[in-house]
Amino acid sequence: MAKLILSMDGLVLKEIALTKERTTIGRKPHNDIQIDNLAVSGEHAVIVTILQDSFLEDLGSTNGTVVNGQPIKKHFLQNNDIIELGKYKLKYVNEAVAGQAKAADFEKTMVLRPGSMKLATAAPVAPAPAAVPVVAAAAVGARNFSDTVAGQSATPAPVAPPKPVAAPQKNAALQLLSGANAGKELDLTKPLTTLGKPGVQVAVITRRPQGFFITHVEGASFPVLNGKTLDAQAHSLNDHDVIELAGVKMEFFLKT
Amino acid sequence: MTLSGALEVASCTDPGMVRSHNEDSIASDGDQGLVVLADGMGGYNAGEVASGMATTVIITELQQLLEKRVPYEIDAHSGKLVAHQLLHEQIAKANTSIYQAAQSQPQYAGMGTTLVVALFYDNKMTVAHIGDSRLYRLRGGELRQVTKDHSLLQEQIDSGVITPQQARQSQNKNLVTRALGIDPIVEAEIHDYETQPEDIYLLCSDGLCDMVSDDDIGLALQTLSSNLKLCAQHLVQTANDNGGRDNISVILVRVLRDYPAPRSIVGKMMSWFK
Repeated sequence: MAKLILSMDGLVLKEIALTKERTTIGRKPHNDIQIDNLAVSGEHAVIVTILQDSFLEDLGSTNGTVVNGQPIKKHFLQNNDIIELGKYKLKYVNEAVAGQAKAADFEKTMVLRPGSMKLATAAPVAPAPAAVPVVAAAAVGARNFSDTVAGQSATPAPVAPPKPVAAPQKNAALQLLSGANAGKELDLTKPLTTLGKPGVQVAVITRRPQGFFITHVEGASFPVLNGKTLDAQAHSLNDHDVIELAGVKMEFFLKT
Repeated sequence: MTLSGALEVASCTDPGMVRSHNEDSIASDGDQGLVVLADGMGGYNAGEVASGMATTVIITELQQLLEKRVPYEIDAHSGKLVAHQLLHEQIAKANTSIYQAAQSQPQYAGMGTTLVVALFYDNKMTVAHIGDSRLYRLRGGELRQVTKDHSLLQEQIDSGVITPQQARQSQNKNLVTRALGIDPIVEAEIHDYETQPEDIYLLCSDGLCDMVSDDDIGLALQTLSSNLKLCAQHLVQTANDNGGRDNISVILVRVLRDYPAPRSIVGKMMSWFK
């Protein structure tokens, strides 16, 4: 379940669990999170929570809402984001992300059923065998939410697209040793680099977290690695390996 | 009717790096132009049971029916294209089987599955899908997602709540809004598409597209198109290299040549005079 930690000058004041679909923040007492400070507007901001995701929206406050140093209008909250309102700080903690051990459970595909939208904070529960149509709830839930935020010019949140690829640390290249282009170097920067002549003989070098591998792709003859003909399996490449392919010799080497 | 020699099909399925079970299920018949992929869900081994039932029912029933029925003709009773009619009926049948098993046996309660089916005939394909298993097309070096997920995230993207980039950060992945076997009746989304020689179609479970970017999928399809089996294995391997958090299944179909329907002489004459 996601929560906010309210602090001022590094002093933790309280923790607020995001259990409601809308959690309001402001100076006036009817807010879910009341911050009695003149720098905070009466109705300052709102956090809309849809299952495991939370969205922060500024409600046209006088002094604005700042996330990680950037003023925002609307923001998709990520684990450990710091929301600043005047002198106060709210840290967003999403335990679904923090507790990676439980990640496997969370990633199981679930059917979203009517009613489950209300359990904004509940972990996706195994679908109960009730005889109600599956589709409606989500559609309705999503639409209601979009109504509340419609018309806002959503500033593109500074969210970096995930780069899950743990690319190998080292870079590598091939140097051609024979043929018309002898001496030329080819950097192996892409996840896949093909070598050879299509229709005659092609091999591919794959760049993986474990290193570089060569695999035969097409053609009657297989690539030769250090004088030994390879089979259809992938073979790992070591520094200064010599590859022979379609009559051309080339050397594989790691770059520092 | 057979499409032998018109399509090349390769597939690969893997439990991934985290899960002990593979709840995905795949089946294909290249000669009949039929490919099916399902991603099951439910406790213990119920997910495997649901996806297995879905692929088995759909492939075996359609294999038999396609011996007698012609997919590009219009069904006399329903007025629908036979391909649509057959897919509609067999998906309903698979849904009923899974639903009844889930209702009658406590260990299967709540099980369900996503589904994506493609049927190729007459230089066309009909695609039916339910849930977040996808079909992509590579044509002229460009990868395009053909199916649109039935998921919470897709609905949020459609209604403008989040952007497709933000969706990749979401904690609400894997919440589907439609699945086979959960309710007594399910509606599959069915569409037709023209195919061209050299097209490559990719059917995959979310274990692939959640772990591998569309760019990397496109690069693999383009680079390894001459060795489809290797390409399928490479996609699964890339998903595993990136963490392999879910089961990963891939079916690749390459269109080798045109496969127009064999029209009768009279039909051809008629079309000349139109």
